[in-house]
Amino acid sequence: MTEPLDPAALAAALAVALPLAGALAALVMGRRAGDLFFVTGPAMALVAAALVAGVAEGGPARIAVGGFAPPLGIALVTDGLAATFVATTVAVMAAALAFARGGLVARLRETRRGYAFVALAHLAWGALNAVFLSGDLFNLYVALELLSLAAIGLVALEGKAETLAAAIRYAFFALTGSLLYLSGAILLYAATGTLDIALLGAHAPEGATTLVAGALMTAGLCAKTALFPLHAWLPPAHAGAPAPASAILSGLVPKASFVVMARLWLEALPDAAGPALGPLLGGLGAAAILYGSVLALRQERLKLLVAYSTIAQIGYLFLLFPLAGGALSTQPWAAGAWSGAMLHGVSHALAKAALFLAAGLVLARLGHDRIAGLSGLARAMPMTAFAIGLSAVTLMGLPPSGGFIAKYLLLVAAFASGEWAWGVILLAGGVLSALYLFPVLGRLFAKGDAEGEDAPEDEPTGPLPSRAREAIPLVLAGLAIALGFASAWPTALLAIGRPGAAMEGLE
Amino acid sequence: MNGLLPVLIIATSLAPALATFFLAEDQAGWRNGLNLGGAVLKIALVGFMLVEVADGAIYDTRFDLAPGLALVLRVDALSLLFVTLSAALWLLTTIYAIAYFEGTRDLSRFFGFFSLCVAATTGIAFSGTLVTFFVFYELLTLSTWPLVVHKGDAASLSAGRRYLAYTMPGSAALLAAIVWLESAVGPIAFAQPAALETVDETTLRLVFVLFVLGIGVKAALVPLHGWLPAAMAAPAPVSALLHAVAVVKAGAFGIVRVVHDVYGIARVEALGLGTPLALLAAFTIVYGSARALQQVDIKRRLAFSTVSQVSYIILGVALAGPVATIGGLVHLVHQGLMKITLFFCAGIFAERAHVHRIDELAGIGPRMPWTASAFSVGALGMIGVPPIAGFVSKWYLGIGGLQAGQPWVIGVLVASSLLNASYFLPLLYRMWFLPAPETLPARGPDARALERPLGLIAPPVATALAALAVGFLAASPISPLAWTTLIVERAYTP
Repeated sequence: MTEPLDPAALAAALAVALPLAGALAALVMGRRAGDLFFVTGPAMALVAAALVAGVAEGGPARIAVGGFAPPLGIALVTDGLAATFVATTVAVMAAALAFARGGLVARLRETRRGYAFVALAHLAWGALNAVFLSGDLFNLYVALELLSLAAIGLVALEGKAETLAAAIRYAFFALTGSLLYLSGAILLYAATGTLDIALLGAHAPEGATTLVAGALMTAGLCAKTALFPLHAWLPPAHAGAPAPASAILSGLVPKASFVVMARLWLEALPDAAGPALGPLLGGLGAAAILYGSVLALRQERLKLLVAYSTIAQIGYLFLLFPLAGGALSTQPWAAGAWSGAMLHGVSHALAKAALFLAAGLVLARLGHDRIAGLSGLARAMPMTAFAIGLSAVTLMGLPPSGGFIAKYLLLVAAFASGEWAWGVILLAGGVLSALYLFPVLGRLFAKGDAEGEDAPEDEPTGPLPSRAREAIPLVLAGLAIALGFASAWPTALLAIGRPGAAMEGLE
Repeated sequence: MNGLLPVLIIATSLAPALATFFLAEDQAGWRNGLNLGGAVLKIALVGFMLVEVADGAIYDTRFDLAPGLALVLRVDALSLLFVTLSAALWLLTTIYAIAYFEGTRDLSRFFGFFSLCVAATTGIAFSGTLVTFFVFYELLTLSTWPLVVHKGDAASLSAGRRYLAYTMPGSAALLAAIVWLESAVGPIAFAQPAALETVDETTLRLVFVLFVLGIGVKAALVPLHGWLPAAMAAPAPVSALLHAVAVVKAGAFGIVRVVHDVYGIARVEALGLGTPLALLAAFTIVYGSARALQQVDIKRRLAFSTVSQVSYIILGVALAGPVATIGGLVHLVHQGLMKITLFFCAGIFAERAHVHRIDELAGIGPRMPWTASAFSVGALGMIGVPPIAGFVSKWYLGIGGLQAGQPWVIGVLVASSLLNASYFLPLLYRMWFLPAPETLPARGPDARALERPLGLIAPPVATALAALAVGFLAASPISPLAWTTLIVERAYTP
């Protein structure tokens, strides 16, 4: 058990507490809430750095909050997975808040919705960190619930009829998901007497009740993650929200419920999974990749295209379940599907947030985001065009980018374990994403007068964004690319405290 | 120092590329200075490295990406053959491009991606492992696409779509091949032969087919060549880059690496893969020439000619004998010099005299003597007229075919040369012997303006002279032929 004043433990506690305090402060600060990010951004960067450093040096640790050990007390876990996602969240949140400060918050100053965004974003931030750091299935429920509420608020922020409809639809899925998860957790508690992940993993519960509990929780988490076929709420919600909210919703929020699912099956119930779980979740992931990509192909609006791309990209994460352990048993030099899937989660978070912020800039400039009307933006807004290009490279999984390394690790796992079908899906997903992303890039390069459809109605309705605002998505996208060059270190971090099942695979 | 030099050489293109992106449109001085400076510095560094490698030095740099995944830069004689060619042609193409684009827009973007292409090409040449090769190979795809669509008109965008329609599935095939092989035997470095004997033969054959499919797209092997003629919509400096400096060469180079350094010539033969590849290359040679004959657009004719000529390299490597390999590898340089000359000239004809089709070439020779002479040297070289570079390649390929016990190669070479002659000689005839139309000014400032500015005319003249020189001086110790002989000697003497 760690000392209470251990820096990593302190960082873990602050990672949850600081953003929640920030959410309260935003309400108090009112119109000046936009400036809050000057405090929380650097502070959380420090917290994340301390957490990463603590995990890298001290290895994985469990912190009993208040000094009570589980099953009485509640535990925070600091491991590579938690530290990586807490750090990723800092990057995306800081970018979204900085972006909102010059846009959304200023624009909506009169209606209070502007600072509502700041408060909701901080609430989501604290909830996300609580999810990443929790070591207990009930705490995870509370954190997920908080996250869903904040996310629904972010969707509803604009207050237009269609965004409210999208928010209600999202709420229906998210709250049903919560109920399913909670009933699963209650069943599990009745069967085993604990919800602590480490204790569950040590007891290795098996049997029908455990399986039913796991299935209920999984179904709930799938609805929250928008895994095909429970994805229908995602496109209107993510495309309808304001750009910085979309960046948080698409980049970070689905990752939280995915991390819970990974912890549930790989850490808490690795022996209860049975032979069907991997192919089932992997199959849904594969269907998501194909279905999301094909629908993305058919979109005529940039934000909707980006939202459907999220459905496809979430599918890659779920290939973790059939492929876990695939490579490590036969190939000691590979980092395995686990690192691949998590690295994909990180690079997708950065690239998708960048893409939504860039789409926000386009929307502010043109007054619309119809892809056919984007002609010539590469000349007018080169930095934004570049950000879109770099994010697209990561989403396509092309080198040199974080997405490529992730895809490579997953591919090696697929081929090394002889499960080629997953490899073919991965490769097909890459080609499909090129099919829907390159036409957008092509439009950016096209001459303004090349097409008859680009009538004068497409004249810009807003001013050109400032260079500083254009730089925000570019930096995020650049980080996603840099993750491809400097992935040795993140993969090593992710491997700290990696569950045994990630190496041996699910049954 | 030994680890740093390859990185520095890539940086001479990468740093100007990144810096150029941040330049404003009107900072032409900075832009040109950065790109020319990078190109000159690169030639100097490569020259230094040539001397060192000739003495037996090997450069090795390693950079870890993820467990088991490393970027490895390794310089051997084969890498330097490619890098020397691309470095020299990059400088000339930059000079040409600066003159060509004078007064147009989006130049910071253009030159940024242009330098990025060259950085990627250098990376391909220096790659020490398959994964490194893939990283740079895809970087090349990504950085050439904005150049292909640079004009932004409907034709360019459609050419860009075509380019991706071929290269993206190609990239998936290549990645599948790499991962399939590496998941069986671990990371594959070019320096040490991989332990492929543990993999069963059917898998090895299938993976080889995937490699050829993936890399064959860039090498424009029939039937994967369709993007190359379409890419003619791009500006002339881009064509020079695609056809001579970077793209198709990267494909041919990749096939050489797979045959020599991944599988090894002996295993390719033992698996019975050499002859089918040679036959595919031979078919591409004849098919490309035959299609070139049908074209009326100069650039399209040249494009199909490239389809044909690049496969000489693959033919030479697939034939698996030292002499044929020399012929193939030396053609990497020779084809580059001749084809870039032809594209430079075609660009000048189009830009200065508005001549795009072959029938419009009538009488242009006496009006534009420098350009037309350079074009003639390139065309005669392609046909294989001694002593221009192309003759040397064909000679070695023919002898190599006989030596490898494949006399049909002679037939392919003869057929191809006849076709080359029949699609190039009419152009020369029109240029020099037919009367010029009234629209072409005969004298006065308008006539002189046809061959201005110097930056446009000097590069093709230089490359034409180089094509003559490498043929004339083929026997000298500093010729490309001598260098390829060195490569092949090292490859065949373990």
